[in-house]
Amino acid sequence: MPQITTLDRVPRGESVRVVAVDGADAIARRLDDLGLREGVEVEVLRRAPLGDPTVYELHGYQLCLRQSESGRVRVAAHGTAA
Amino acid sequence: MTAAALDPTAPIFGLLGSPNAGKTTLFNALTGLRARVGNYPGVTVERREAQLNLGGEGDATLIDLPGPYGLEPISADEAVVGDVLDGRIEGAPQPQALIVVADACSLSRTLPFIGESLLLGRPACVVLTMLDELAARGGNVDLERLQAALGVPVVGVVGHRGRGIDALRALLANPTDWSSPAVPPPSDRAERAGWAASIAETVIEQAPTRHPLTERIDRVVLHPLWGSLLFATVMLTFFQLIFSAAGPAMDLIDGAIGSLGEFVRATLPEGLLADLVADGLIAGVGSVVIFLPQIVILFSLLYLLEDVGYMARAAFVIDRVMGRIGLEGRSFVALLSSYACAVPGIMATRTIPSPRDRLVTILVAPLMTCSARLPVYALLISAFVPEKNVLGPLGLQGLVLLTLYVGGAIAALAVAALFKRTLIKGDGLPFAMELPTYRWPTLRVWTTQVYESAWAFLRRAGTIILIASLLLWALLTFPQVEAPPGMEEDAAASYALEQSIAGRLGHAIEPAVAPLGFDWKIGVGLVASLAAREVLVATLAQIYAAEQSDEEDGGSSLREALRSDVRPDGRPVFDPPTVGALLVFFVFALQCTSTIAIIKRETNSWGWTAFAFGYLFVLAYAASFATRQIVGALV
Repeated sequence: MPQITTLDRVPRGESVRVVAVDGADAIARRLDDLGLREGVEVEVLRRAPLGDPTVYELHGYQLCLRQSESGRVRVAAHGTAA
Repeated sequence: MTAAALDPTAPIFGLLGSPNAGKTTLFNALTGLRARVGNYPGVTVERREAQLNLGGEGDATLIDLPGPYGLEPISADEAVVGDVLDGRIEGAPQPQALIVVADACSLSRTLPFIGESLLLGRPACVVLTMLDELAARGGNVDLERLQAALGVPVVGVVGHRGRGIDALRALLANPTDWSSPAVPPPSDRAERAGWAASIAETVIEQAPTRHPLTERIDRVVLHPLWGSLLFATVMLTFFQLIFSAAGPAMDLIDGAIGSLGEFVRATLPEGLLADLVADGLIAGVGSVVIFLPQIVILFSLLYLLEDVGYMARAAFVIDRVMGRIGLEGRSFVALLSSYACAVPGIMATRTIPSPRDRLVTILVAPLMTCSARLPVYALLISAFVPEKNVLGPLGLQGLVLLTLYVGGAIAALAVAALFKRTLIKGDGLPFAMELPTYRWPTLRVWTTQVYESAWAFLRRAGTIILIASLLLWALLTFPQVEAPPGMEEDAAASYALEQSIAGRLGHAIEPAVAPLGFDWKIGVGLVASLAAREVLVATLAQIYAAEQSDEEDGGSSLREALRSDVRPDGRPVFDPPTVGALLVFFVFALQCTSTIAIIKRETNSWGWTAFAFGYLFVLAYAASFATRQIVGALV
């Protein structure tokens, strides 16, 4: 059974694949525009000294998100089927 | 969306692309220094436009559209892009053809946005930027296949090195020849994502790897301990340079303005004309130019840090702290700069992408203790706070000064938190910030940015500051009343000031400021110090007809005069409650026409400018009144 979790809970250094973004509001749309779309691979690079935000790498660029947004991104461990 | 017909002799191009796509660099590479910079009406969104000669008969117009991540706006400020595209903004030309800009390294992310842009129903071309970085990271994109897949012309450039710009200019010369997609991209969001993914698969031959140098640098720069230390060091150096490095240049300008004034006085016959030119015009121009060193230094540092790639990282490090009060990391730099001077600080808010956060930062920036307050604090503290040690080596005078400095910062953060929770709630924009790859800055790009900012200040804020200075000069000069014969020069100057409009205003507002313990003389000082806070010292000196032997500490004779001044009932004017109230008044009040002018320029709204002045005045009055009561009860 594939491990589904939210992006904010993924430990540093791990890669995951986006399954879905919760909600259909403006923020969900923005996350989609930022490239957090189904099937996209995301790596957790590092957290800020105070624990939030976190830098992610996806689509060949680095993006900082706060927990409030990354918590809406459902992800699956890399290589597992969604 | 309604598209305007393309005018082949004078086409209007819109430059469209997400933030960090290299849009502004491309704009500058195409247009040089000819940009007209302004604001769109009603919002703090910057508007940039330039004429562009492509070798044809007429000039093309290039509009740098605000950078959205997608074309479905999620806030009122983002809706500006759609309004410009639809020609709904009065005075803003409607783009007839689009130049869609995308970072070649993150092409797979941007393809849906490119698809969205192609649905706008007007000729379009695509410019892929940062091809040098793509190559350095081992990536490869097949531009010809991309052109075939999209159905529109594609050009690759390295904007900051000027590479590919000639090819782009040649393409822009003939927008009527641009191909258009045989089948438009899907209009449904999910289908478009699929369309983008299939194109990405065919055109991205090799996805770029992580930039090795960036990774190595970030291991230190974003390290929990080293990163925090570096952040503190960079910010302290930044602050120190704005605060002190500008000093010599400002002294030089000050000296030059002074000499010029003396020269005019020596050349022109004594009288009103000489007064107007020396004290009004030259001093007024001086009060504008005096800001240039700080502005040039601030923007040199700001753009250097931005161009290198550190600014986003600094914001990343401090974001948690600023997030608590509802702002974000990039507000920190603007607030820190305001400790030197609110004028460059407010200009620094341009790096804040969320217009609401930017507005709140602008509104609270004047609360940061700028260097112009120091002469006022120094005079009052040295005259009235006893010189004694309270906490070990820390003297009472130093403690009072420290309290005033910290008090301003705390007030700024508290007010920002309040505004973000009530008046100017978040615009729903999620915090999302890209960390760019580290890059060597290029001199041309850097100097262009600094030059543009300095010029914008001179043109847009300078005129308001100059007019306000002349107005205040007139208030302090008219009506001209002959001093009684036999009066000494200092006493005559004092007499003339009391008879002037400002002097009468001081008397008129006396009942209003009496609850704070201020008399008409302080009232005149408050009116005059609207020009700039430090003017209070010179004005008090003129009223008390004191010699200003030493401007640095306000002059000892002025201190004596203040100490010995008594009210009609024999009590001292400057008793501890009044001194406390006056100090606190200066912590809050927006006594600075230059800041007022820059708020107007940056918010593009007299309403917000009046609001800033109003709320700070109310805060100043209330806090000042409370201080008077508290100190009165304690002493």
